[in-house]
Amino acid sequence: MEGTVFRYGDNIDTDVIIPARYCTEYTADKLAPHALEDLDRTFVQRVKDGDIIVAGKNFGCGSSRENAPIAIKGAGVACVIAESFARIFYRNSINIGLPILECPEAVQGSMEGDRLHIDIKTGEIENLTQSGHWKAVAFPEGIQEIISLGGLAAYVRARLNPVK
Amino acid sequence: MSAMTIAEKILAQHSGKESVSPGDLLFAKVDRILGTDVTASLSIQVFKDMGAEKVFDPSLLVLVNDHFVPAKDIQAAQLSKNMRQFAHEQGVDAYFEVGRSGICHSIVPDQGLVKPGDLLVGADSHTCTYGAVGALATGVGSTDMAAAWALGELWFRVPSTIRVEVTGKLKPFVGAKDVILHVISKLGVDGALYKVLEFHGDTIEAMNIDERITISNMAVEAGAKSGIIPSDEITLTYMKEVGVHDAQLLDADPDAHYDSVLRVDVSDLKPQVAKPYLPSNAVDVDEVVGQQLEQVVIGSCTNGRVSDFEVAWRLLQGKKVHPSTRLLIIPSTREIFQQLMANGWANDFVEAGAVITPSTCGPCIGGHMGVLAEEETGLYTTNRNFVGRNGHPTSKVFLSGPAVAAVSAIRGKITNPEVMF
Repeated sequence: MEGTVFRYGDNIDTDVIIPARYCTEYTADKLAPHALEDLDRTFVQRVKDGDIIVAGKNFGCGSSRENAPIAIKGAGVACVIAESFARIFYRNSINIGLPILECPEAVQGSMEGDRLHIDIKTGEIENLTQSGHWKAVAFPEGIQEIISLGGLAAYVRARLNPVK
Repeated sequence: MSAMTIAEKILAQHSGKESVSPGDLLFAKVDRILGTDVTASLSIQVFKDMGAEKVFDPSLLVLVNDHFVPAKDIQAAQLSKNMRQFAHEQGVDAYFEVGRSGICHSIVPDQGLVKPGDLLVGADSHTCTYGAVGALATGVGSTDMAAAWALGELWFRVPSTIRVEVTGKLKPFVGAKDVILHVISKLGVDGALYKVLEFHGDTIEAMNIDERITISNMAVEAGAKSGIIPSDEITLTYMKEVGVHDAQLLDADPDAHYDSVLRVDVSDLKPQVAKPYLPSNAVDVDEVVGQQLEQVVIGSCTNGRVSDFEVAWRLLQGKKVHPSTRLLIIPSTREIFQQLMANGWANDFVEAGAVITPSTCGPCIGGHMGVLAEEETGLYTTNRNFVGRNGHPTSKVFLSGPAVAAVSAIRGKITNPEVMF
């Protein structure tokens, strides 16, 4: 995949990703228009399908609200690259199928507006604007299994209804 | 068998293993699964999408109306309605209706739904609160909750543990909130990411369950999976009070391996205030004294228990809330509210000019019942002060314990209780 970088800082919390005032809704079409509203008012107007959020440490800290990765994914974001992720956001993203990559070097080497090429399967990230090529931290084996099945819901579905 | 921390012991026991090590990925059986009005509806939809019909065991489920209740609008009313119908269809006894409910993190321990050694997940980030009674409890999302409903188990990565040793006798007007704000300021908001905090030391041992709840509740603000306190005689006495008679003492093995050890001497700790916009921004109250306040909130899953209101009442009784400041008092549960009334504190709070609201997360999440306007500033005993958390994105919230909050409501500005009294 290839997309344009939206660059943010450390500790981007779930309250700015999707404020609680919108969390009486939980579908992508209702949440996406408010994604990152309190952090970057123009984000939703500027973001295009396939674009990439690149941020610092502890992305998604705060609430357990799954509405946060749903809003980001619904807005068109194809991948979030961060130095680190808060643990509930990390779980939620894997569970709903929002690709996330931990790669501090790529974060340091990417600026707002850069074009990145990403291979989600291998974790390889290439900056097409400034030269740079990195490999993200690999997911642990068990998590890779959940991702390859298409998320946690698919995993549970397979366990509840095993193919005979 | 290798020596283990409390979290490792609990995960080993719930996954049928002799021992586990940090980094292991495993499926573990859960003892309870907590959902609220704000997270359950999505889980119900995902549960159905999974092809599930009946939950694995209805006695595992706890469903609490607390975030947007009493319903703030039609959408919020629908969220509660969805959860109510699901609880009925699935035969969930531990469903807590408005009026007989409260903030989930007070309901779960006070109703005897968690005990030492339990593994509990909840679709709310402050589920880590139950570490106060020696449980490994952690927040998850709605899809995780749906999976746990369907399977009775969930995947976990075994976390490493940071041992936090807190020693020293606290000074007057300094309490559990000041201790945990100070600890988080040392760790940073990501200092315990993917890890567990295990609290030890004479300061923690001397704390009652209300105070331990304040400590464990905020573990997630350092990024932790949970914040566990060993269970001791204080825990067992509390467990008996809430009807749990088979609770056990639980501590780490003496030679357990820790990621690191943080030692904090709190003998000289001053009352703490965390500045906007991070809970790790704690400073001595003296550094922010004089900050004008439009609103003060005393309550939430962090500081909404009887001990917290006792601290506030001692300072507020016979006094008046400053004319330019609003004071919100939020008892965490019906039983706590009844205690405030029985003690005469409720009347004293109202006489002082406070409003007592129903048990709700309301203002803590900027949801309803006390949202901040543009450029307004608040001092809250809650747990987070991120941008826009409590209302308009330009509003600001400082975090403190109930003593600083009470005297600041009287003065209409951040005040050091040591100086006022």
